Amino acid sequence: MLEKAIKGGSRYWVWIFCLLSVIGIGFIAYLYQFKYGLGVTGMSRDVSWGLYIGQFTFLVGVAASGVMVVLPYYLHNYKKFGRLTILGEFLAISAVIMCMLFIFVDMGQPLRVLNVILHPSPNSVMFFDMLVLSGYLILNLLIGWTVLGAERKEVPPPKWVKPIIYLSIAWAPSIHTVTAFLYAGLPGRHFWLSAIMAARFLASAFAGGPALLIILALIVRKYTKFDPGKEAIQSLGKIVTYCMIINVFFLGLEFFTAFYSQIPGHMNSFLYLYTGLEGHTKLVPVMWLSSILAVVALAMLIFPQIRKNEALLAIASISTFLSLWIDKGFGLIVGGFVPNPFERVTEYWPTLPETLITLAVWAIGFLVLTILYKIAVSVKEEVVFDKYGEKQVQTE
Amino acid sequence: MYNGGKIIIGLIIFVGLVTYPLWNNMGKATVKPDPKIDTPEILKLPEIDRKCVEAKSYMKTEHMKLLNEWRDTVVRNGEGTYIGADGKKYNMSLQNTCMKCHSNKKKFCDECHNYAAVKPYCWDCHIAPKEKET
Amino acid sequence: MSINRREFLKVAGISTILGFGGISAVNSLRRNCVEASQVMPNPEALVAKRWAMVVDMSKFKTEEDYQRCIDACHHVHNVPNVTANPKHEVKWLWKETFEHAFVGNEDEYLSEEIKHLPFLVLCNHCDNPPCVRVCPTQATFKRKSDGIVMMDMHRCIGCRFCMAACPYGARSFNYRDPRPFISEKEENLEFPTRMKGVVEKCTLCYERLAKGLKPACVEASKGSLIFGDLEDPNSEVRKILSSRYSFRRRPELGTRPSVYYIF
Repeated sequence: MLEKAIKGGSRYWVWIFCLLSVIGIGFIAYLYQFKYGLGVTGMSRDVSWGLYIGQFTFLVGVAASGVMVVLPYYLHNYKKFGRLTILGEFLAISAVIMCMLFIFVDMGQPLRVLNVILHPSPNSVMFFDMLVLSGYLILNLLIGWTVLGAERKEVPPPKWVKPIIYLSIAWAPSIHTVTAFLYAGLPGRHFWLSAIMAARFLASAFAGGPALLIILALIVRKYTKFDPGKEAIQSLGKIVTYCMIINVFFLGLEFFTAFYSQIPGHMNSFLYLYTGLEGHTKLVPVMWLSSILAVVALAMLIFPQIRKNEALLAIASISTFLSLWIDKGFGLIVGGFVPNPFERVTEYWPTLPETLITLAVWAIGFLVLTILYKIAVSVKEEVVFDKYGEKQVQTE
Repeated sequence: MYNGGKIIIGLIIFVGLVTYPLWNNMGKATVKPDPKIDTPEILKLPEIDRKCVEAKSYMKTEHMKLLNEWRDTVVRNGEGTYIGADGKKYNMSLQNTCMKCHSNKKKFCDECHNYAAVKPYCWDCHIAPKEKET
Repeated sequence: MSINRREFLKVAGISTILGFGGISAVNSLRRNCVEASQVMPNPEALVAKRWAMVVDMSKFKTEEDYQRCIDACHHVHNVPNVTANPKHEVKWLWKETFEHAFVGNEDEYLSEEIKHLPFLVLCNHCDNPPCVRVCPTQATFKRKSDGIVMMDMHRCIGCRFCMAACPYGARSFNYRDPRPFISEKEENLEFPTRMKGVVEKCTLCYERLAKGLKPACVEASKGSLIFGDLEDPNSEVRKILSSRYSFRRRPELGTRPSVYYIF
């Protein structure tokens, strides 16, 4: 099926070329970082995790969100998601690959990465994170490829795929719970030391991932002959709405605990992010932007008249995605390190090399996504066409 | 052959890349490595005592493994003394034992390492003895 | 015999994996170079069940008293002085004021003397260290023999999870090559430097303990830092702790730090 990715129109190849250029520039930036060390980023002794780990955290959520499409279809026979599941699974694969790349570029000694496998440490959450992410990647590759291959041959998928799909449904929330555990078990960081960290992660994942999937489905419908389905996209919209409400609610819970208890350790990080601390206000505009985007998104999503309009749904999805990307992919990580264990503030902002490397990893993710989607769409276009060669309309 | 032109060109490029080390080094003279053990520190010792922690043939083939195991024993197990083949006790340390006798990294360690194109990263951290320019 | 491309690739792939897997399995089963009977602890090493340190604030009088300890430590261990960027600083032992070392105790009515008193802070070599709990490669580990929280620089992958986990901010990362920041005159040729990309911190002078010497800061402090075995009822540290009021940094976190402070 891979050969479907090398047949494409000029628009396809221009897009691929753009991605490859971004990857090339980022690769050179990475060589610079490899030579001189992580000092070329904006990280410091106090803020020892930055954009790379933030993006990793956000993307694990996007990867886990595949379950939001797979679960209704395979567990509850929600046929409307029939044409979306492959897009969700392939998005998960692309997101997990980006996660692993972000971990790799963040390591001080990347050539020693195999030490995590050679010296297994079950006490370390990071060890489990490596295991569950690798497992999830293999699961999604196996499921996506097998089901798509079967569809191409116009036969039902083999029976052994079903239990593996059920496994992936259970596995998906676990990858994001384990990622949340990286933060929620650290005794010195009160911003992260919250029982609902994993719940927050899952809520924001199940809002942000489907939001991205909506946008991708709309793009697929616009640029190819394959239509994932109007009702499927509307169902995704409802999922994004409720999960975003839950996510904002959970954030409110955190605010309450911090500010009603008035414990400085709990309040300080929130104060730094949203009002500035001791005159340091670099992240304040960014966090308020995230909050405004969230309010705008919810205002659009809650009202069905707006949500049913696909153009407005697209805007609301973009707003949701950006809001969560800022909050989880940046604010959450930096906030945990400010103030430091000595109650001092060291600020963080990504540098140019750091940004170029981040863009390159995103470009690699989009490249993988493009190739996988091209294959999926090519297969679906052939098979899901009706015998008159017309675009499939409203099937089950 | 279907797509024969592309395949033949691809094969030629592939063979060229894979054999690059061979034709790139053609004609370059390579000298057999000759690690020197006539450092001032070794020459100070009476001939009887000019012995390494293990036999020369053993050290030639196994010094990498030995150093790895010394590393784990000292850092991870906290045991610092090594009883050599001859029953003598040595402090397990690259910097403070090995390099005390073999103080000429360029003419000893690097000789074989350069020949074999091996770059052990020990020296990124372990300070190599200062050498006089001779 | 004809074989289609798919079958060929499957056979080739599986043979390769089995081949590499087989080689690694055989290698891992090979005998070790060093037999257990060939190694032993240094006979002159100082031993304890759990090392601890008491910082006697009443004995630190001048600025020089503090700096002597810090310089001794940083000199003996080739700790770089990263002047190029304060964000990349590396420090094993340093001074903090009371309100920064003991967070949660901020009080405007604190005596002026205590507000400005410098406290020496370092890795606390906790008995229940969160940094050890999170390390994915056991590059940082608690020594079974004497409770020192060690660093294995050879194994550290530089993920900095330990830095996030440490509630005391005791760890530094080498964001760049430290060697340009170690002055040649002051280099200690008997101890390695570190390279970029690994985390470092105070290791309680394990290399000096192995030679029967007290830690460098303890020796330089001329009695202001007391060092001994917490589980030996007759040690100096136990004697001091039983006779004077002592406090530790953030004990409510359950880390059981081994560095005590007395006034």
